[in-house]
Amino acid sequence: MRPLDVRRLGVVSYADGLDLQAELVVARRAGDIPDTLLLLEHPHVITLGSGSRHEHVLADADERAARGIELFETGRGGDVTYHGPGQLVAYPVLDLKPDRKDLHRYLRDLESMLIRVAGAFTIDALRSEGLTGVWTDVGKLAAIGVRVSSGWITSHGVALNVSTDLDYFQTIVPCGIADREVTSLERELGRSVPMDEASEALVEAFCGVFEREAIVA
Amino acid sequence: MARIEVPMPQMGESIAEGTVSQWMKQVGDAVERDEPILEISTDKVDAEIPAPSSGTLVEIVVPEGETVEVGTIVAYIETEAGAAVAAPAAAAADAPAAEAPAARTAPPVAAPVVETPAASGGDQSAEERLRTRSTPVVRKIAEEHGIDIVSVSGSGHAGRVTKQDILDFIESGASAPPAVPAAPAPAAPAAPVAPSAAPSDLWKQFYGEVKHPEYPVRAADRVEGMDRMRRLTAEHMVLAKRVTPHVHSFIEIDFSSIDRIRAANKARWAAQGARVSYTAFVAWAVSRVLREFPMVNSAVSGNNVIFRGNVNLGMAVDLNPGLIVPVVHDADHLGLIGVGNKIVDVATRARDKKLMPDEIQGATFTITNPGVLGTLVGLPVIPKGTSAILGTGAIEKKVVVVTDPETGADVMAIRKRSLFSLGYDHRIVDGADAARFLAALKVMLEDFPEDA
Repeated sequence: MRPLDVRRLGVVSYADGLDLQAELVVARRAGDIPDTLLLLEHPHVITLGSGSRHEHVLADADERAARGIELFETGRGGDVTYHGPGQLVAYPVLDLKPDRKDLHRYLRDLESMLIRVAGAFTIDALRSEGLTGVWTDVGKLAAIGVRVSSGWITSHGVALNVSTDLDYFQTIVPCGIADREVTSLERELGRSVPMDEASEALVEAFCGVFEREAIVA
Repeated sequence: MARIEVPMPQMGESIAEGTVSQWMKQVGDAVERDEPILEISTDKVDAEIPAPSSGTLVEIVVPEGETVEVGTIVAYIETEAGAAVAAPAAAAADAPAAEAPAARTAPPVAAPVVETPAASGGDQSAEERLRTRSTPVVRKIAEEHGIDIVSVSGSGHAGRVTKQDILDFIESGASAPPAVPAAPAPAAPAAPVAPSAAPSDLWKQFYGEVKHPEYPVRAADRVEGMDRMRRLTAEHMVLAKRVTPHVHSFIEIDFSSIDRIRAANKARWAAQGARVSYTAFVAWAVSRVLREFPMVNSAVSGNNVIFRGNVNLGMAVDLNPGLIVPVVHDADHLGLIGVGNKIVDVATRARDKKLMPDEIQGATFTITNPGVLGTLVGLPVIPKGTSAILGTGAIEKKVVVVTDPETGADVMAIRKRSLFSLGYDHRIVDGADAARFLAALKVMLEDFPEDA
């Protein structure tokens, strides 16, 4: 099994997260580090993917300032999304060359991984035809937006709502999809879910789907 | 000098096109081999495309924001003198484009600056020329319609057949379907594919939409619409057969042991109001044996196998007309009498149309009993989302050769026997698995536990 360095970083600003990923992508391409999975939370931030439409950001500058929400344009795929406390963000920096040089497969694998995580919490989650991400009957549980850099090195990744304050999604049209709700593990289960419990489940599901072995730091 | 083509790379099996989201280099810029020169996006992925060779970016063919098929030339790079005539294929080796069939062979006479004669198209095979002249989308459409691409004139770069070319060709009727279907697979039904269908749409049509071919109606015929149940059944059967490779195995079961138990308990069960049919014995035994054969109680889901945590037995009930499959949930937690009563209960309510929605959902394995009407054996269709179905044939008295336990001599005896058939999904259940499952079921039924 290929090793996976799992780094739990706690709360990291979006800008620092971008810088760290940029460094790791270069290091991974050079073979200086193994495949790496970053697990973290961001402070309130709205990010725009390269395919984003600005009208999908509903909160104006004043409202964003009042609520302490940053705005960022990023190099990942996908439309607008929101990150904030209570949301488990996972950024895999993987070299896809050896075993899975297929963008769609990578997306589907990330979805499978998230479905397994939901399953670990007895939540039935599904793909939705034509919509990337993972969904329950209630709404979108996790968002996906990835980037593959030269040499098949991945960055960006998935954002799983664990105990996210879902009101913040009112400030955007998530992923440009207006008619679907957003949900979280807590909303689905009606109980509080500690972040550690969710990240444990995610690491296990990730290693299962991607056939990696987590390196215990 | 050599002019190197930069094609839209194949970034995944099911990816037919990509959108140029950003040019990271401009015309006139020097580029290093493997240096990202543009960014493309497909779905929710952005990807950088590296230069296949070092040189100067001399032409950008596809501007930002435009979506083109895999294999389309998006730019040209001019290499230094004599740098590498054979560069395109080799240089692309580390790039994401490495596996792109379209990138493997550059069009032989694409560029005004021609490569060395040896590298030109003269000694290409027909197959190579064909690939050269078309993209995967076009080849797929051609295949679907049984069209020889060579017969289509190409309006694309270097005479390539574009998607529009082939769609126009189809619409013009030039591709009258051949008398013998090009593809032997039944997967290419008579139903025409909408000309605008992209591969993902074709995929959806294949799995998500069943179209039944239509036939001419003759004078004495009567035409009736299928009711909802018939339509659902028809669609389900087609999908199940399309998706699942079916194999069937058979075993003959001796019902002597079960008959003895039935005779011994007849009075007691009657007093309790218990209804223990042969089917109850079979369902009880199946629910126990299934625990030992998780693959028989599973479902192939994408590239995964879901091993079901419950044993929920679907019991096919003939409604004449029609058929419904109520489900005995967690059958492996019920005793013999419990299974028997439950089967009678759901079968009765099925005929009275009083089943609750959840009572026809969630089956993990199905039992059907064609034998009830005297049929010797059937080849049942596996319900989609499960991996196997058991068909029980008629239970009939037969003359069989048995060994007398006292004398050890072979003697003829009259026994109640029935042929069972197991239909199984050969993607997940191997023949030997099925044989072991049936053998274990036979042992259980022929030496039925007294305390079930």
